[in-house]
Amino acid sequence: MAEPLLRLDRLAKAYGALVVTDDVTLDVMPGELHAIIGPNGAGKTTLIHQISGLAAPDRGHILFDGEDITRLPMHERARLGLARSFQITSILPGFSALENVALAVQARSGSSFRFLGDAARESALNEPALGFLDLVGLRDRAHLPAGLLSHGEKRQLELGLALATEPKLLLLDEPLAGTGHEESERVVQTLKRLKGRYAVVLVEHDMEAVFTLADRITVLVYGRVIATGTPESVRANPEVRSAYLGEEAA
Amino acid sequence: MSPLADVAESEILPAARPAPRLRGILLPFVLFAILALTPAVARFGGEGYVLSLILRVMILGIAAMSLDLVLGYGALVSFGHAAFLGIGAYAVGILMRHGIDDALIQLAAALAASALFALATGAISLRTKGVYFIMITLAFGQMLYFLATSLAPYGGDDGMTLPRKSLVLGTRILGEGYTFYYVVLACLIGTYVLCRAVVASRFGRVLRGTRENPVRMQAIGYNPFAFQLAAYVIAGMLCGLSGVLLANQTEFVSPAFMTWQRSGELIVMVLLGGIGTLHGALVGAAAFVLLEEGLSRITELWKMIFGPMLVLVVLFARGGILGLFRNFRRG
Repeated sequence: MAEPLLRLDRLAKAYGALVVTDDVTLDVMPGELHAIIGPNGAGKTTLIHQISGLAAPDRGHILFDGEDITRLPMHERARLGLARSFQITSILPGFSALENVALAVQARSGSSFRFLGDAARESALNEPALGFLDLVGLRDRAHLPAGLLSHGEKRQLELGLALATEPKLLLLDEPLAGTGHEESERVVQTLKRLKGRYAVVLVEHDMEAVFTLADRITVLVYGRVIATGTPESVRANPEVRSAYLGEEAA
Repeated sequence: MSPLADVAESEILPAARPAPRLRGILLPFVLFAILALTPAVARFGGEGYVLSLILRVMILGIAAMSLDLVLGYGALVSFGHAAFLGIGAYAVGILMRHGIDDALIQLAAALAASALFALATGAISLRTKGVYFIMITLAFGQMLYFLATSLAPYGGDDGMTLPRKSLVLGTRILGEGYTFYYVVLACLIGTYVLCRAVVASRFGRVLRGTRENPVRMQAIGYNPFAFQLAAYVIAGMLCGLSGVLLANQTEFVSPAFMTWQRSGELIVMVLLGGIGTLHGALVGAAAFVLLEEGLSRITELWKMIFGPMLVLVVLFARGGILGLFRNFRRG
């Protein structure tokens, strides 16, 4: 059996008396799209924060590609191949879409402690960046300041940023949040294209998207894993039905 | 027209792209040309007075420009930047007191001391954010100020008068004719070109990225701290250079070079000229020095006039004087 790419080992975190992550153990296999669902306040985003390094767990371990990264700062995790998107879109609004992605390419291509030479004219950075913009459907927006893109385009750009770091694992925190029907369709299509090429941890409220895309689903309630399995088994799980899918499945 | 359409159009038309680049270097070029021609014009009257005023503009311009590198491009509000002016000036004064007159040795010592001070204080200050960063840089600046006032062998509170300008390879060339003026101008242009290159480089792009969104930068694999610290050291060294020049201009060194008021004035210059533009810092330094000079002739309470003017600029001209220019040109 293959080794999991990401392993959360009895991860726990509390804010005061509020337990947000309660002994979470979870494996993500290479190439797997693993969705995490759960009602609001289930601790999904906090879990993503802990995996990416934005928040520190109280107990437990995070293993990535065989390495214990529990105490590693965020930027070093990114260099190991962990890329993420944020629930609230996080881009560089004053940079053009191309420069956003080129910066992410730059992080992977040689030293950034170069003080001479115009970075904006380095084709070794711009060409791959254009390729990633193409992948997320923003090539014709390359020279537009990222802050002027539509909400859906910003989400696509954020995905492009994550991909440009050449990650092994993508952490996507509600990539469909706030997007219109057409835009969300585009994001789903992009994710379908990426499936299998990257391992993905997807936090999403859009159940239709989750059940179409996911290989496995983990259900989180009050920070605790109540079920993990294929979409069919999760859909059939009575505990999940009562705790979460309740109204929808009834 | 919506701003979106405006940008889209100018970005899509390839012919429209080289224009902003040219316009970007035109104003600095004009500024430097004016400074280069000033001595020729000043011959016709008030030469000594005009040149010493413009020298002051250029020297403080270097200091303000170096501050703009961290303030404008790194969003780091350093409130202790004048400390580096002091380090540069005292490097000249202290070495001269011990018989080391050579400008190059003094400069090397000033740059090394500035770099060390920036590295040590930056490594600590940059662990804090926002208001705390402002306060801690202020504290380090004041620390150095009080250290200077306590240096009795080097004049303490009163500072010390230098016997002459620094020597270059044993010659008094800096004291002759217009040499010093053009050396300062060369340093100013050098500082500008260097900062311009750094800002556009890979390093500068990461620095600008940390200004925009530090969390995003970490998420794509950059450690903002390392880049901010490097920028802080570069800015400190350039300001140290400015201190060396200031000591040589005034032939005097005193703790007053590094008061927190001076640090505040440097910030004002950057804001007044236009933050994050580099040559704006020079424009700001000129505006500050000339207003100070002009207004103080009218009244001793010149700050009563200068203060409200600054308030107006900050309220109505966010881009400073350069911003006003741009708006005017766009109509």
